Amino acid sequence: MIDIDIRKRLMGASGKFTLHVQLRMENGELAALFGDSGAGKTTLLRMLTGLTTPDEGMIRIGDETWLDTRRHINLPVQKRRIGFVFQDQALFPHLSVHGNLTYALPKHSDLRFIDELLELTGLTVLRDRRPDTLSGGQRQRVALARALARRPAILLLDEPLSALDANTRHSLQDEILRLHHALGLNTLMVTHDIPEVFKLADRVFMLENGAVTRSGPPAAVFADRRCDGKIRLPAEVLAIEGDGVLHTLTVLVGKQIFSVVAVNEEVRDLRIGDRIILLPKTFSPMIVAVN
Amino acid sequence: MNLDWQPLILTLQLAGVTTLLLLLIGVPLAWWIASSCSRFKIVMEALVSLPLILPPSVLGFYLLLAFSPEHFFGAFLRDHFALSLVFSFPGLVVGSVLFSLPFMVQPLQAGFQALPASLAEASYTLGKSRRYTLFKVLLPNIHPALLTGTVLSFAHTIGEFGVVLMIGGNIPGVTRVASIAIYDEVESLNYTAAHFHAAVLLALSFTILLVVYAINKRFHVTRGTL
Repeated sequence: MIDIDIRKRLMGASGKFTLHVQLRMENGELAALFGDSGAGKTTLLRMLTGLTTPDEGMIRIGDETWLDTRRHINLPVQKRRIGFVFQDQALFPHLSVHGNLTYALPKHSDLRFIDELLELTGLTVLRDRRPDTLSGGQRQRVALARALARRPAILLLDEPLSALDANTRHSLQDEILRLHHALGLNTLMVTHDIPEVFKLADRVFMLENGAVTRSGPPAAVFADRRCDGKIRLPAEVLAIEGDGVLHTLTVLVGKQIFSVVAVNEEVRDLRIGDRIILLPKTFSPMIVAVN
Repeated sequence: MNLDWQPLILTLQLAGVTTLLLLLIGVPLAWWIASSCSRFKIVMEALVSLPLILPPSVLGFYLLLAFSPEHFFGAFLRDHFALSLVFSFPGLVVGSVLFSLPFMVQPLQAGFQALPASLAEASYTLGKSRRYTLFKVLLPNIHPALLTGTVLSFAHTIGEFGVVLMIGGNIPGVTRVASIAIYDEVESLNYTAAHFHAAVLLALSFTILLVVYAINKRFHVTRGTL
C-alpha cells in the first residue's frame, strides 16, 4: 500500500497555486498520473523521490515512512528505494549500458541480477555500447533497466515515452507492462496520452488545478468523455473569412487543416489562434484501419 | 656559458604545487558555485574572479601586509605554527593559489553548469551520495574543463610576476622564479641570461597551450564521431 498526502505551493503559468495531492495505490498496481502540463505531475514525482521537498505532508510506502512533516521525518533521496526514469533519461554518458546498470547497485552486490535485467529488456547485445550510440527507444530501455536495478519499492516514470515515435512507443508500452508484472512492481507513471492510460494503467489519477479530482479505472475516470456518444474534436482556429452572414472557419484538428461553415453567433467572439471544440451533429463515421 | 636552471626549476615547482592545491580547492568550490542557490554565491563568484582584474601588485601588497609578523595573521602564524610566509616559498604558493584561482574555478564551474541537472539527480535516486556522484559521474564528464583548468592554472602561475615580486622578493633558490630572474638580469644588463630564461618560458607556455588545444580538439572529435 502506498499512501501519499502532500502539499506544496508552486509557481504556475497562471500564478501561484497550491499542489495538494492525496492518493493511495494498492500493491502491485500500475497507476497513471494524468493531467495538463503545468499541473504539477513532475513536481509530485520529484516530491516522492525526495529531490523536491513538499511544504507539508506524509508519504508512506508499505510500512516505511519516507516523509512525515509532523514527526520531522524526511528521508533523503538516497535512502528512498525508488526507481526514477527521467524524461531525458539522464544516462551516464561515460559508462556503457552495463556500467550504467551496475552503477545503481550497492558495493559488492551480485551482478547476476544485472544480466537478468539486460536479458529481460533485450539489451544483452548492447551491453558494451555507450548511451550516445543508442537510439531513443534503446536509451529509454536502458533508463528503465537502470531504474529497476536497485529493486525499487516504487517505480516512477516521468513521461518516459513522449519523445518516441509511435512504433517504439507501443513496443515500450508492452515492455513496461511486462516488466511491471514480471517483477511485481508498484508503478506510477506520468502521462498525458489517453490511449497509453487505457493500455497500461489499472488506475488513473486525474490531476487538475493542483488536486486529484478523479481516480479509478481508466474507463470510469474518462467515462464522461467516452460514453456520451458524441465526438469532440479539439481544434485551433487558423482563419476566419465571411461576409457578415455566413463564415468559413479554417481550423487545425490534429495535423489536418480543413474548413467548416459557421454562423454569425458562433464566430462573434472568436479570434485566430483560439482553441475550440467541434461537435459534429449527425455522425456515423466510417472506420478505416491505418496500422 | 654557465646557464642557471634554478629559477626555472623553482618556477615549475611553484606551478606544480599551486596547481595541485588549486585542484583540491577549485573542484569543490566550483561545484558549490555551480549548484548553489545561496545568496553568498555571487559574493563568492566576485571574490574568485577578483584576481582577473586586480593589479597583481594590489594583491601582493595586501598579502605582504597580512603575512607580516607585525600584523594579526602573520603574528598568529608565527606564534602558533612557527611559520613565516613573507619572502618564503610557502608564501609564494599561497599568493599563487589566490592569484590563479579564477583560472581553475571558472572553467570547472562552466563545465559543471553545462551538465544537465538530471545527471546528478539520477545518481542520487540510485542511492549514491553527493561525493560519490561528484567523483564517479560529474568529474568524468567534465574532462575538457578539468584539463583546461589545470593547464591554465599551471601556465598562469608560470607567468606570474607582480604578486611574486611583492611577497617573495628575489632570494635565489627560495623565491627567485624565472620571471623575476628575467627582470633582474635585464636590470643588470645581462641580456644573455635574460634571453635564456625568456626563451624557455616562451617555448614552455606555447607548448602547454598547444597540447591543451590538441587534446581538447581530439576529445571533441572522438565525442562527435561516436
